[in-house]
Amino acid sequence: MDSDRDDVFSKIQNVLSDALGVDTEEVVSDATLQGDLGAESIDFLDIVFRLEKAFSIKIPRGELFPDDILNNPEYLDGDRITASGLVKLKEALPHTDLTEFEKSPDVSKMADLFTVDTILKYVEGRLAAA
Amino acid sequence: MSWIWIDHFVEFASGRRASAVKMVTASEGYLQELPSGDPVLPAVLMIEGMAQTAGILVGEARGFAENVILAKIRCARFDDYAKPGDRLRYDAVIDSLDDRAGVTSGTVFKNEAPIGQVDLIFSHINPADRSLDLPDHNFVFTESFMSLLATFRNHGVEKVEQPGAG
Repeated sequence: MDSDRDDVFSKIQNVLSDALGVDTEEVVSDATLQGDLGAESIDFLDIVFRLEKAFSIKIPRGELFPDDILNNPEYLDGDRITASGLVKLKEALPHTDLTEFEKSPDVSKMADLFTVDTILKYVEGRLAAA
Repeated sequence: MSWIWIDHFVEFASGRRASAVKMVTASEGYLQELPSGDPVLPAVLMIEGMAQTAGILVGEARGFAENVILAKIRCARFDDYAKPGDRLRYDAVIDSLDDRAGVTSGTVFKNEAPIGQVDLIFSHINPADRSLDLPDHNFVFTESFMSLLATFRNHGVEKVEQPGAG
């Protein structure tokens, strides 16, 4: 990582450490927010809010964590994300590799898409566009 | 018994901030003793006081249409104890509010000196939402809570601001 990326990553480590009560050493790039770091649904809002403060950015609802997909019956078929839902998900998560998820787009596995690296790439994109 | 840990509001700026006070008295049954023997108000009850102050602020901002549930304590830090005779003041500010949740930050004062920080997240639960198997009425903002705000608006107002002011 270059120094700018180190700085961004360090801030994200602190954000996630404060929001989730984990040690910064646990906040590694490929850690999943829910499975590895123990995030619950309300924590995602907390994380968004802390990121906004840490980086002085405004994160529109659903942009970082597109929870609206799970609330739209058009995008769900039982416990699976539909084809149109996957299209929407790809649009919402341009920095995330969905190759594995697409093979079995189970709603319960959607949480694993959200990793520390997802946040890093999102924030970097936002800062670069500013 | 009413589970109310604020005595009255002293400021209420709709949708933005509120301040409520509580006098700590020796007659309260929930005081704890320090190793020195001094009785103190447990910190968790100061968190509850802030939650009630901020919760009413959040609920009022959306017309008490939803149940406002304390979903997360983002931060709770105290530097001092509160003892009988102390006047606590809870200053709560809305940092973010939408149809999902309200995020607040707050400072706890003892006799006008800051002694703590309590930041909270509240979830909005629509009473019509039956998916959570909760009561189909507003069970948070009971008459006891509503009377706190009514009393503030009718009597003993130290400072009032209307929405959009200041």
